[in-house]
Order: sequence, then C-alpha cells, then structure tokens
Amino acid sequence: MTIPSTSITDAVVAEHGLKPDEYQVLLKIMGREPNLTELGIFSVMWSEHCSYKSSKRWLKTLPTEAPHVIQGPGENAGVIDIGEGLAAIFKIESHNHPSFIEPYQGAATGVGGILRDVFTMGARPIANLNALRFGSPDHPKTRHLISGVVGGIGGYGNCIGVPTVAGEVNFHPAYDGNILVNAMTVGLAKTDKIFYSAAAGPGNAVVYVGAKTGRDGIHGATMASKEFDEDSEEKRPTVQVGDPFTEKLLLEACLELMAKDCIVAIQDMGAAGLTSSSVEMAGKGGLGIELDLDKVPVRETGMTAYEIMLSESQERMLMIIKPGTEAEARAVFDKWDLDFAVIGVLTETGNIVLKKDGDVQAEIPLDPLVDAAPEYDRPHTPTPPSPMIETAEIPAPGSLGEALATLLSCPDMASRRWIWEQYDSLVMGDTVIGPGGDAALVRIQDTKRALAVTVDCTPRYVVADPAVGGAQAVAETWRNICATGAKPLAVTNNLNFGNPERPAIMGQIVGAVQGMGEACRALDYPVISGNVSLYNETEGKPILPTPVIGGVGLLEDVADACTIALKSDGNALVVIGQRSDTVDGWLGASIYLREIAGREAGAPPPLDLVRERKAGDLIRSLIGNGAVAACHDISDGGLLVTVAEMALASGKLGADVAVPSAETAHGWCFGEDQGRYVVETADPDSVIARSEAAGVPAARIGQVQAGDQLTGNGVALISLSELKTKHEAWLPAYMAAGA
Amino acid sequence: MKATVHVTLKTGVLDPQGKAIGHALGTLGFQGVGEVRQGKVIEIELAQTDQAAAEAEVKAMCEKLLANSVIENYAIRIDP
Amino acid sequence: MRSAIIVFPGSNRDRDMQLALRQASGQEPHMVWHKDTDMPEVDLIVVPGGFSYGDYLRAGAMGALSPAMRTVKERSGKGVPVLGVCNGFQILTEAGMLPGALMRNAGLKFICKQVHLRVESAQTVFTSGYAQGQVIRVPVAHNDGNYFADPDTLKHLEDRDLIAFRYVDAEGAESEGSNPNGSQMNIAGIYNESRTVLGLMPHPEDAIDPLHGGIEGKGLFHGLAQALN
Repeated sequence: MTIPSTSITDAVVAEHGLKPDEYQVLLKIMGREPNLTELGIFSVMWSEHCSYKSSKRWLKTLPTEAPHVIQGPGENAGVIDIGEGLAAIFKIESHNHPSFIEPYQGAATGVGGILRDVFTMGARPIANLNALRFGSPDHPKTRHLISGVVGGIGGYGNCIGVPTVAGEVNFHPAYDGNILVNAMTVGLAKTDKIFYSAAAGPGNAVVYVGAKTGRDGIHGATMASKEFDEDSEEKRPTVQVGDPFTEKLLLEACLELMAKDCIVAIQDMGAAGLTSSSVEMAGKGGLGIELDLDKVPVRETGMTAYEIMLSESQERMLMIIKPGTEAEARAVFDKWDLDFAVIGVLTETGNIVLKKDGDVQAEIPLDPLVDAAPEYDRPHTPTPPSPMIETAEIPAPGSLGEALATLLSCPDMASRRWIWEQYDSLVMGDTVIGPGGDAALVRIQDTKRALAVTVDCTPRYVVADPAVGGAQAVAETWRNICATGAKPLAVTNNLNFGNPERPAIMGQIVGAVQGMGEACRALDYPVISGNVSLYNETEGKPILPTPVIGGVGLLEDVADACTIALKSDGNALVVIGQRSDTVDGWLGASIYLREIAGREAGAPPPLDLVRERKAGDLIRSLIGNGAVAACHDISDGGLLVTVAEMALASGKLGADVAVPSAETAHGWCFGEDQGRYVVETADPDSVIARSEAAGVPAARIGQVQAGDQLTGNGVALISLSELKTKHEAWLPAYMAAGA
Repeated sequence: MKATVHVTLKTGVLDPQGKAIGHALGTLGFQGVGEVRQGKVIEIELAQTDQAAAEAEVKAMCEKLLANSVIENYAIRIDP
Repeated sequence: MRSAIIVFPGSNRDRDMQLALRQASGQEPHMVWHKDTDMPEVDLIVVPGGFSYGDYLRAGAMGALSPAMRTVKERSGKGVPVLGVCNGFQILTEAGMLPGALMRNAGLKFICKQVHLRVESAQTVFTSGYAQGQVIRVPVAHNDGNYFADPDTLKHLEDRDLIAFRYVDAEGAESEGSNPNGSQMNIAGIYNESRTVLGLMPHPEDAIDPLHGGIEGKGLFHGLAQALN
C-alpha cells in the first residue's frame, strides 16, 4: 500500500478536531498511523455532527415508537403511516454555521440538504418549513443576515417548486454571533415504496448520481462542531454553493427511478459527503465497500482522495443498484442530464477501501469506525431554578390597548409577511392554510386528507427552565396542530445549544431532552427524526438553548379544517383550559415582562401534560363536530394577543373581551399560562358543558363584533386598523432602514 | 482563444439592482457615486484561433442567447 | 378541449396546470417533454411556470431555445392558441412570440401573494369566461415579472387592445400599491397581434379551488374549454 507522505503530527490531528484520546482509539483501530485521507474520514465520522457523541446518551431516552411509526431515528428521515397506503416522511436539520458565514448560500443549501434527506427515501416533498433565530435587531449584521437567509430559503425552495408553508423567527442578542437556520421538509410516499440506506448484496454496484464533485465545503461537518472564533469568517471557502435547478432534476430523476425496480439502497451525500454516505450505507448493511475515486465525476482537476472524500458539493446521491439494472438506471439519469457513474462495489471484507491512480489510498475497518465512535457522558449541572414572579410585582400598563400594540409590533411578534411573501407558499396547489396561522395545512392529492405541520420553540422558557421549555416546545406544536382540527402524530427535533463541554450547557441539553421526552410520552407523540447542533457560541457567549420541534399531524377530512380568523358577528369567544373565576395569569418569562416591563426573568409557566392532552383531544372533537367557527391556541403574548390575532386574520371583524376588573388584569390579558385555546362559537353553553365534561375548564370571555374595534367590556382598547398598521409595519421598516 | 462578453442593460431601461447598489454605496459613505449599472460578464473558451472568426461566432451567440436585445446591450472582447 | 403542456427541466407548476386543465376540460392534458419535437394535435398549448433550466442567464432564455418550442412556434403560426404563465410568459417573450421582456421585480425580491387583476379585453378565446373589466383575485409567485417594453411597443399594445390583464386594487383601480413588481402600465398579461398567444405573470391555475385560496382563475380555463370544444 502506498501512503501519501503527509506526516500526522499532533497539530494535524488537532486541526481535524480529534482529541488526543480519540486519536489513541483511532490508532488502536488502525493498528498503524493513518494517512491524511484516513484521518480525514475518522475526523468527519467522529465529529459531533455525524456521531452525536455528546447527545447520543440522552437522545436514546426519547420515545420513538408508536403503532403508526414506520421508521424512527437513524435513517435519512423518519416515516409515519397516515392511512390509505400513504406515508409522511419528514425531518428537520440545522445549517447554522454556514448561514452565519454566507447567509444566502448557507440557508439555500440547508433547504437543499433537508429536501434530499426526504426524497432519498422515496417521498415527493410537499412542504417546507423553517425556524430562524437572529441576533438583536440593533446588531449591525442582523439585517444582512435576515435578508440573505430569507433570500436563500426562497431562492432554493421556490425554484425547486416545493411550497414553504410555515415557520418561526425570533430575535435575541444571544444569537448575535450564532444565528440559527433550521429547515424542515415533509414528503409523501406510498408505504410500500420507501427506500432505506442499508446496503445489501456483495458484488452490487455502488452508483454516484447527481452533480459533480468540487472542492466546496471541505470540512463543513467539522466546522459545524467547533465553536466560532474571530477568524472563522476567514473560513468562507468551506461554504457550499447550492444549485436548486440540479436538485430539481435529481428529485425528478430519483423519483422516476424509484418507480422502477432498480434500487437496493440510497442515501444522499450531505454533511461529510461521500465519506458518510459510503461508510453509513456499507456499515448498516454489515458489508465492506470498495470505491475507485478515479470514477467519481469531478469538476476540478487534480483533486486528491482526501478532497474527493470530504467534499460537500451539493445535489449528489449514492445508490446501490440491483444486478443487471445499470442500463435502465443510467437511462433515467441521462434523460435528466445528470451524472451517473458506477464508482465501486460492495464487498464482504467489512472494510472501506479507496483506490485512486491505481493505488489503495485508504483502508479502514467499518465496524469500529462506526461503532467505536466516541460517546460521552459529559458532566452536566442542572440549570438553577428561576424565581416565580407574581403579577403584583410587575407594573400594569397605562393602557391595555397600547400594551397590546407594543406587543404585536415588537420584533418577536410583528408580522412576518415581509418574509413569507418571498416564499412560494402556493406551488403544487395544495396549501389549505399557509403562513400566518397556527399550523399550516397541506392537502394530500386524490384523498380527503391533509397534513398539519408546524415548527415551534420558546427559547426564553428553555433558558429559564430547560425541562419545562423542552416540554413546552413539544406541547406548542401539539396545540398548533390540534387548533387546525388535525391529530398530532409525531415530531422531529433540532437541538441547538452551546458548547456541551461546559457542564451548564450540558445541563440545558439534558434538561430539555428530558422535558421533551416527558411531553412526547404523555401525548403519544414520538420523535422520529432529528438533528443536533452544538457549539453555537462565540467567544464564550452561548445562544439561548433552542430545542426546536417540528410537528406533523393528520386531518382526515380537509373540509373540517379550522382557521384562526373570526367568522361571524355575535358569536361568543370561549377560552378552553382556563377557569371562569380566573383574574390573573403567568407573566414570568413572558413577552409582556420583556417588552413592557423590560425584564427577562422568572420561571416559565408550568405545564400540566395530562390536561394538555385532554384539552387538545377536546379541541379536535369540537372542531370535528363543527362546534367551533375559529380556533387559535394561546401562546406568546397571552389571551388578548390571541383574540387580536383572530380579529386581524378576519380582516373585518372586531371583538369585545370581558377583562376582569382586578389589579392583576394585565396578568389575565398577557399571561402565558399553557394548555389554552380561544374558540369562536355560536353555542358557548354547549362548548363549555362539553369542556367541563371532558375535565377541561372553560370560560366565556367575550364575543365577536362587527366593525373595526377591539374593546374591553365595551370600552375601546384599540382599532384593528391601527393595530394592523403597527403589526405589519415593523419588519418592512426595519429592513428598509438598512437598504 | 478566450471571449469575454459584457452584457449590460440598455440606457433608459430601469436597473433596480444598479440603483440599490448605488444607494448602498452612498450609505457606506462613498462620496460622489453617480449612476450605477449592473451587468454580467460571461467568459467563453473557444477552439477557434482566428480573431475575426471568433468575433463573428461570439456575436452570433450574443444575438441568439447571451443577450436579450429588447433590454440589453453587449460588448465582446477576444483574447488569444 | 385537447391540450398539451410543455415540461422543461425546472418546470414546477406543470402539475398545477395539469389539474386546472383536467378540471376544466375533463380531458387529460398531454405532457410534452422539452426535448420532444413531435406533439399530438391539440387545441391549446400551455407553457407552464417554474424555473426552466434554472432560469440561469435570464428567466426563460434557455427554455425559449428548447426543441419543443420550435413546435410551439410552428403550431402557433397555424393558429393554435398558446398560453404562457409566469415562466411560460418569460419564455414566450424570449422566443419572440410576445413583445417586450420580463425583468427583475422592482423590489428585487421574489413575491408570492394574492393580487387583483382587471380583465382588459374579454373578447378573446382566453377571456370569454370573464366579463369586460371584471376584477379577479389570483396569486403571483415570481422573481422576474416586471414587464418592460419600449414606448412604441407600449403604445401599440394599448392602441391595438393587446393588454390582457392589468394589476389593480380590489376596487379595480390602477394604483402604485396594486402593482406588485413595477411592470410598466401595470401590465400583468399581454396578447400577440392575433390574440392567439397570451402571456401572463399571475397564476390562474392556482386559483381553481376554494380550499386553495379562491376560484377566480377558473374563468380562464372554463372559457378556454368552452371556446375550444
């Protein structure tokens, strides 16, 4: 064997992100010093991004099974059964670091990557979502980052023709140096036509399809696992450039080939490119793999084995095909003008062997490469509990109407229209509820069914109490889905945290995962896929812990769909999940406390998961029976904000709210107590009776009224036109100010 | 040979991208920036070795594909 | 009505169009691959929306040169109606089948939202399902929909009544706020001289279902189906 003569010094090992003890394990596996290509392969396979080494111990505690789960975590994406022989396939993934360095391309390739994760399993993508976190609006880079990220998400999704239907955006100084770009794709497949990544059949051909390999993104996977330092902006060449047009061709070609009987296994080349796809496919199949790197389609000259194996060029797939199908498969890719190259063969050696220029350039036993990947039980200190803050300690506003306008026009709550109008939310013709509602609702062609999809997380709760915050993120998606009438089925999670080597951060991770697990178990709402993004900190300043949850639910008859918009003058407004004698609310860790009182403090509102479930089940049953005309869950900003959003969505109806005459009325109006919904109904008595029978408190809190006014006990709070102007103005004005 | 084609918007055709760039340059404090026009540069490697023939060939490319004569002008440079 | 939809690499509203034509005509449209030059006899040819060839270079530029477009031109010359929507409109202008050009939106951003259009000319095979001056609500979704033509061409379009649709507000008035992309004279769609070719930026095919935002695009397809049956 000829080994390229780069000496593997301690510095080279460290540059590859391997700790000295990890390198010792590597030496033991290899029985000799590795060459640079081999070191590179270990480095990416053992990176946090690919190996989950800090989080695995805790991720294992999450519930991942249910009768409707076809495939849980461990594949390109998770799969659930949605009836009529159909499956929903979905996953969320982060592209945080690349998006900070090059926002347009970073976000675009994030969308491209998650789309591939889904269609590689045989699904046609039908919806994209995204969860974004930016730094303070006052930070000099924020505008540029928003404009680039939104442009990139739209540029990719719009071109490929998958509607972007929902998302969320938060601003906080904790994200100044580390923005978060989490992208989720939901796809649709037949349950008997799902494709997996485990290779089978020694002797079968290994086929490379899609775009050519260049030098882009080399070491993206290790970059995603290191803290930023000041010179990381110099690492720009590691960011990949996306080509949505090629991805569209790849999507159509793959789906066309999948309709034939050619494919044994398939995986996309995402982070760590050809390395992770070949290692994982052969490893899962318990086989070996031999690749001839001279056969890999390249777009640059003189690429080394190291560069070919670590390139993160986009829009590429690796497949194992059945014997005798090569010509049939090649014809499909020829039709779509995409590269199709047989680059290797499956073996029984259990090793990955790489050849180039007639020499063996690397040989690594696969089992230990995958199984001996480091797994840490890192020290973790629990987040100290935050004090409970009483409403009496928080000043009441001078005017409820003004406070409402302040909340609805603050950066975290102002309208996102400026963003979502840059996304094609309508292509494919199935968007029943698009951006701006609770969950989005996407109809399934040729059936009466629809999928409800949403992404949620409330980082200010998570930082105050990781377990409550982790559970709340799950519950929030559950509520958003229930509010459309759909039944929540499963989630995908994207755990965004700081440096796990610090016990306080590890404590956040442990707490959030425990809370998430508890909520998923209580709601029969398993985790079927996910992604972890750690080391989101700059110069020692971590992001807020942000465990984003993407939820998917099923509405059996799309005609039953419920929206948040008020429908008819005179209908009653009923709050579900709150007693009629309530005169206060939970303002700790609330938007009100932060935006009006200027404090970020206090314990977040607690969750009662048993009652949460009852309330959600009740809401779906009320919607299914046609007992409610509109429904909106109560979240950021509390009850009054919820009612105002329902009125704004109607565009023509106002509401009167029976604000209690108590010193704690601001708590009642803006408190963020969990597990609540506001519904509009023509028959409040029956809705309240049904709620109480279901063990869920309910109370009549107002009514829909004609005209432009939001009133409290008949007294004007604010006009809807003024509220709308303020709600819609902030983001466009903010973005224009920087142009 | 190598051909370099510069495609620019015709005078009189509104160029919002150029305008946005001009505005941004002003915001960044660059003084005395007049009108800014954005265009594109296309580099083409040619097998052709005759200067005149290459120019004719690239002109045909511009007319057929590289520029839209409704809104765009083009200029060709041929380097050996 | 027998119809054909040209499918380019990068087309993405071909399926939306397929549904709209199927719904209106009761017949399955032929999907014609961009590399094919033979096309069955049809009553209507549609060039659908999307990003043909990635819209690299210029939106629609490469699509206009594809083999199937040669057949489209030839059939159009024989009088077969041709409808181009969004990228299809861009392709038809690039192919010289309609005058003018579609430039980058004035706001420099992709824009997806519901807009109002006024039917400027209801006397054609495409608009017989609408009343003259009727205001319809349909979505736009594009990055390059800013219609440009030289003053002579604009005058000609107006004089000859070749403007098919204009962007207006809900009341039917042309205003700056109702123009989503900076198009000259609020132009959303135009005809060729013989009114057998229509190009428009908005998507009537995404307004044929009450669950999907409205049904005011239906008139176009039902009008066509009736006129071409």
